[in-house]
Amino acid sequence: MSGKPLISIISAGMSKFGKRDGLFGRELFVEAATEAYERCPNLDPKRDIKALFVGMMGESYEHQGHTGPTIADWIGITPVQAFRTEGACGSSATAIRCGIFAVLSGLADIVMVGGVEKMTHRATADVTEYLAMASDFFFEQWNGLTFPGLFAMVATAHMHKYGTKEEQMAMVAVKNHHHGALNPKAHMQKEITMEQALSSRVVAWPLKLYDCSLITDGASCLILAKPELAKKYTDTPVHIIGSGQASDTIGLFERDQFTSLNAGKAAAQEAYKMAGIDPSEVDVAEVHDCFTIAEIVAYEDLGFCKPGEGGRFIEEGQSQIGGKVAVCTSGGLKSKGHPVGATGTAQAYEIYLQLTEQAERRQVKGAEIGLTHNIGGLGGTGVVNIFRRG
Amino acid sequence: MTEETVAFTIENFYKFVKEGKIMGAQCNKCGHVTVPPRPVCPKCLSKHLTWKENPKQGKLLTYTIIHVCPEQFQPLAPYAVGVVELENGAHLPGMIKGIPHEKIKIGMRLTIDFEEAKSEGWPQWPRCYFKP
Ligand SMILES: [Zn+2]
Repeated sequence: MSGKPLISIISAGMSKFGKRDGLFGRELFVEAATEAYERCPNLDPKRDIKALFVGMMGESYEHQGHTGPTIADWIGITPVQAFRTEGACGSSATAIRCGIFAVLSGLADIVMVGGVEKMTHRATADVTEYLAMASDFFFEQWNGLTFPGLFAMVATAHMHKYGTKEEQMAMVAVKNHHHGALNPKAHMQKEITMEQALSSRVVAWPLKLYDCSLITDGASCLILAKPELAKKYTDTPVHIIGSGQASDTIGLFERDQFTSLNAGKAAAQEAYKMAGIDPSEVDVAEVHDCFTIAEIVAYEDLGFCKPGEGGRFIEEGQSQIGGKVAVCTSGGLKSKGHPVGATGTAQAYEIYLQLTEQAERRQVKGAEIGLTHNIGGLGGTGVVNIFRRG
Repeated sequence: MTEETVAFTIENFYKFVKEGKIMGAQCNKCGHVTVPPRPVCPKCLSKHLTWKENPKQGKLLTYTIIHVCPEQFQPLAPYAVGVVELENGAHLPGMIKGIPHEKIKIGMRLTIDFEEAKSEGWPQWPRCYFKP
C-alpha cells in the first residue's frame, strides 16, 4: 500500500488558462497565488512562506528575466529567497522537486512552488522558435527539425514498431478536448470530433494540428509544507508520497530507441518505488500530452499498459474518466493549454482538486491516488510525482 | 586538417563535414565512438581520444515530413528529416533528399552527401544530408 508523506500540499492555485490579453506573467501568477492564499486562511504568506521556486522556460517571450524576485514581489512576499527553475516544458515540475529538497533539508518548513509563461502576445513564428530552444540546436534544429518534427519521429517509430495508428493518436485529442470542455479554467473548452482531428492540417507528418498542444498564457502554484505541519493549515491536505526525476540526451538522435522516453520512465520507477505502489493503483493521472503520441508513450512509460499497447489503451477507453485510470481530466496540455513553465504545477493543481473532491463535473469518484508526469523538451527532463489524499 | 592536433569539438566536426567527412571521437580506453565528438568519452569519462572517420552508409531509423517550419527552411517545405544509423552504429540526423516522400521507409539504406549552407552571421556550418 501507499507510502508515507514526503511533503504535503496545503494549498494550490491556478490562473485561468487561455489567451489572456493585456496580462503579463507576473499578473497571471498573482491570480494563482491569491487563489492559493484564499484557500488557506490559516496561512500568513508574508510570515510563513520561506522560499519561492518558480518554473519558467524562457525570457524571450516577455523580454524579462530574473523571474524569482519579480514574482516574489508581485505576490507580496519580498524579501523571501526566490529562485527560478528551468527544465523547458518541465520547468515547474522541477520547481516542485526543488521545494521538496528545500523542505527536506530542514532549511524551510513551508515553500511556494509554481510556474508561469506568457506566450500568446507573440507571433506564432516567434513562439515556435522560442519553444524549439528546448531541443538540440547544433545538430537537430540545424538540419531543419522542429519541435513537432521531433515528436513526429517518435510517432513514426512507434507506428512502425507497434502498429500504432493515426486514429489512435486522434482519440487522445478527442478525449482530452472532452475532458477540457468540463474544466472552466481550460483554454479550449470545446469538444472535437475524430473527423476534425484527422482532417486538420499536417504540421509534421504523422502529426496534425489537433495532435499538438496549445500556445497558452497561464500560471499555477502549490504551497508545500512539512507533513507534520499540514493539519495546522488545512483539514484536507494532499500528500506527495513518491517523487522522481531524471535526465536524458537533449538530442533525440543520440538515443538507443525512439519509442519511449527514458527520463520519464526512470522518474516513474523512482516515484513508484518511493511511494510503494503499483501503476494499477493510480486512479487519476495528468500526463505530458504535448503531442498526442506523447500521451500514448506516457501510458507505456508509466506502466499503465505494456510497451506497444498504448494505442490500444486509448482505443479501449481505459484512459478516460470511468476507465482504468482517468488521464488528463483537466483537458491536459492539449485542451487546458500549455503555458510551458506553468504546466508542471498545473498538473499537480488538477490532482489536488481531484484528491480533495473539488473537480466538479470531471471529478473521478473516490480518487485516492494521483500521479503527474511532466516532460521537458523531448524528454531531456522527466519528472513524476505521486499523490495521496490526506 | 591534421587529425592529431584537432580538438574534439563541434566546430571541428563541422570543419570535417566541409571536407566531406563524418568524424567521431573514438575512446582509446573503452573503444566507444562518439559522433559528433565530445571532449570526454560519455561512457568511461576518458579524455584519451582518437579521431575516427565514419562510414557514409546506413539505414533509416525514423523520419518525419515537416510542413510547418522556420522561415529559413520555408522554400524546402514540405521536407523529410530522419535519423540514420551508420554501419558502425553511430546515429546522425539529417534531411532526406532525392526520393519522393511516399517512397521513404524505415529500414531503407541511405547514403550521406554534403552541401554548403548559405547563412549569415553565426553559425556558418555546412550540412550533411541523406539520399538513396
Ligand atoms: Zn570510453
